[in-house]
Amino acid sequence: MAGLSGIGSKRLVVGAHYGVTSFLAQRITSVVLVIWLLLVGLSLLFGPLSYDTWAALFAPLWMKVVSLIALLSLLYHAWVGLRNIWMDYVTPMWARLSLQSVTVLWLIGCAVWSVQILWRV
Amino acid sequence: MSTFTATKRPRRLYRNLQFPLLLTYRLPLAGLVSIMHRISGALLFLALPFLLWLFDLSLTSELSFERLRGLASNFLVKLILLLLIWSFLHHLIAGVRYLVLDLHIGLGLKSSRSSAMAVYAISLPLTLLAALRLFGAI
Repeated sequence: MAGLSGIGSKRLVVGAHYGVTSFLAQRITSVVLVIWLLLVGLSLLFGPLSYDTWAALFAPLWMKVVSLIALLSLLYHAWVGLRNIWMDYVTPMWARLSLQSVTVLWLIGCAVWSVQILWRV
Repeated sequence: MSTFTATKRPRRLYRNLQFPLLLTYRLPLAGLVSIMHRISGALLFLALPFLLWLFDLSLTSELSFERLRGLASNFLVKLILLLLIWSFLHHLIAGVRYLVLDLHIGLGLKSSRSSAMAVYAISLPLTLLAALRLFGAI
């Protein structure tokens, strides 16, 4: 294969993403989460916290959509982080693959649950 | 493609950290922020069903909201919440530091060290504040 000359901008392109997608996704989702936190945090500054004000915050459709996007961002963010942890510490391929699969299924489950929580209000 | 060999030759592993060393090895401050970022993230992931459950309780009905209040007055729950609040604050603030570093700001030895210090200077007092609030001192 390519020797030492095949690194950097001269690397052999094989169609892999070299982790750039995950890298970017982790950063972008983190920004989404900070924006959502600021949104919720600022809304809570007005008036004391009671069930009525809290539930009213999540009542409008746009807030449900924004919150679902934030929760999905959280789950994607968690997936990138967990994948890094499994890749760093778990070397046997069968164990890594199992843990990664369980993580993905678990996070998908959480996503479904999030939908139900948000749309019940 | 280089050559394929039928048998995989065992390679010697060179590791610069062994277990006993892990206990005494003194990480630089930025390294401590880094590993704590990972640990706090893992903790938050593990607590995800618990947190979603709390979120569910807070939104379902007035009754469940009150149930959440009662739950949050339990000492053990307060301790768990405090651990998660620390995890969240550390993860958030260290994360903001990483976003800034990604923009190639503060990459120098000195500035990265002081920003690592700033992470603790912000996250720990905020955690203390949360603890005082949780346990009723303020």
